[in-house]
Amino acid sequence: MIEFKQVSKTFKIGPREVHAVKDVTLTVEQGDIFGIIGFSGAGKSTLLRLVNLLERPTSGRIEIGGTDVTSLSAKELRRQRQNIGMIFQNFNLFNSRTVAGNIAYPLKLAGTPKTEISRRVTELLQFVGLADKAANYPDQLSGGQKQRVGIARALASNPDILICDEATSALDPDTTSDILRLLKKVNREFGITILLITHEMEVIQSICTKVAVMEDGEVIETGGVFDVFTDPQHGTTERFIRSVQQDLPSPGILKEWRDAGGGKLYRLLFKGPIANEPVLSRVTAKHGVTFNIVYGSVRELQERLFGNLIVSFAGDPVATAAAIDEIATLTDIEEVIEIER
Amino acid sequence: MNVDWTTFWPRIVEATGETLIMVIATLIFGSILGVVMGLLLFVTRQNNILENKIVFNLLNLIINIVRPVPFIIFLVAISQLTRLVVGTTIGTAAAIFPMTIIASFTIARVVENNLVSIDPGVIEAAQAMGASPLRIIFTVLIPEALGPLVLGLTFVSVTLIDFSAVAGTVGGGGLGHVAMTYGYQRFDGSVMIVTVLILIVLVQVAQWIGNTLSRKIMRR
Ligand SMILES: Nc1ncnc2c1ncn2[C@@H]1O[C@H](COP(=O)(O)OP(=O)(O)OP(=O)(O)O)[C@@H](O)[C@H]1O
Ligand SMILES: [Mg+2]
Repeated sequence: MIEFKQVSKTFKIGPREVHAVKDVTLTVEQGDIFGIIGFSGAGKSTLLRLVNLLERPTSGRIEIGGTDVTSLSAKELRRQRQNIGMIFQNFNLFNSRTVAGNIAYPLKLAGTPKTEISRRVTELLQFVGLADKAANYPDQLSGGQKQRVGIARALASNPDILICDEATSALDPDTTSDILRLLKKVNREFGITILLITHEMEVIQSICTKVAVMEDGEVIETGGVFDVFTDPQHGTTERFIRSVQQDLPSPGILKEWRDAGGGKLYRLLFKGPIANEPVLSRVTAKHGVTFNIVYGSVRELQERLFGNLIVSFAGDPVATAAAIDEIATLTDIEEVIEIER
Repeated sequence: MNVDWTTFWPRIVEATGETLIMVIATLIFGSILGVVMGLLLFVTRQNNILENKIVFNLLNLIINIVRPVPFIIFLVAISQLTRLVVGTTIGTAAAIFPMTIIASFTIARVVENNLVSIDPGVIEAAQAMGASPLRIIFTVLIPEALGPLVLGLTFVSVTLIDFSAVAGTVGGGGLGHVAMTYGYQRFDGSVMIVTVLILIVLVQVAQWIGNTLSRKIMRR
């Protein structure tokens, strides 16, 4: 468990102060895949680097498994760091060492016996799917392969926690999903808590269980990924969500619809099991109204369904109003009003 | 007046040996001192693993004072110190002392420059894994910079061949001394040509060794 308690970090550059992290309180539970998302400069990297004290907090406490890490001696901190694997956007592999040598490095630090090192290196290479690359040097590998080596190296010392700084940002979409799948496997098979930062909502959507949104050094929203995605509280969060799922047709299409004399549009949200029920057809049939789906999607998030439909109704206005009222008792519905975005 | 080449060859061979000794000894002592100073310069920089303003600024200042001094002037300027340490200011050993000092400062800069070009992310990765500063120096900094470092040392050793000739002209022995006493003072052109040719060959060989070694290290 990682706990940030009122943590702030201020950089001083000459007379200027940069408040990179401001009063962040956050708990990452054991076994979570916790994602922190934010735009460039939001303070994500700084927050992540506070976990293994690559950066020291200006104020506040960071507790890992109940221990205040800021109070550790240099030696205790080095021991603690062996318990926190870290992977990087640019991989940061040792070019002077082979793949096997890179993975062996943290084991050598921990004073592991030679035979045990070679056994563990083989095992890890197998786990990340690079068994044939042991003797290669990093500059002979692709980006995805390099990150696999990075992951194997981070796992070598059997850490409880893995922290990832934009681990997939330098990779193409296919390789990104490979690496994300591997991270999920790391979490599932070894129960390792993963704290990752990203500016890509796809990453959060595809592997995280919890998410925190950062802006200007502050955590502005946090919660389970499903809840945050289906009911964002903050404009920035909505912008991130819209980057992976468009919830409205584009303004051009909407205008065409209006110009062609189309009626009022309503947005319906279905969360969880209700997405499986024929709510719309049942209620409209009961009130003698017809409906037309103009736009929409039903997607899976965190193994739960989430539907977002834009519909129009046709029929007697009173009956239509009654149908809409009844739908509102079952799920979220709101009229689509063009808002400048 | 021309030398008798049948008897002069052994003198040339001996002088070449002296030059080699001067250069190699200087390279060894100078590398040890220079690598230590270069590492210190690097790790004590701002935001580095053993940041220390006093050590950094002091070293930086000393190096900046000594390096611009032309070697021939430096040689003469520290001759009292050379006499104190070596016991004499004449001969091969007496040349090695000032050459080592100059070489170590030059090597310190070469080492520092090569270390600066290491990706800081790699050093950070080692820190994140729990490596101590000393451990990082020996298992990350040195291996990661070794290839370019060998090229830098090669460059320095070529300069040292030059320096050894300079030292030779003021009593240091070696090929410089031979060229000076026979070629310059006795106007024997053939001695001059032979010593120059040998110096060229030495430089070529040094460069070749350096290139081969660094290529091996960098696997290119
Ligand atoms: N070592 C440092 N010295 C001074 N300022 C820093 C330092 N590290 C970060 N900052 C500043 O702190 C702020 C947050 O930076 P940080 O790297 O944490 O952002 P980020 O969210 O990771 O951004 P990105 O997505 O671009 O990586 C920025 O304004 C940055 O300039
Ligand atoms: Mg960052």
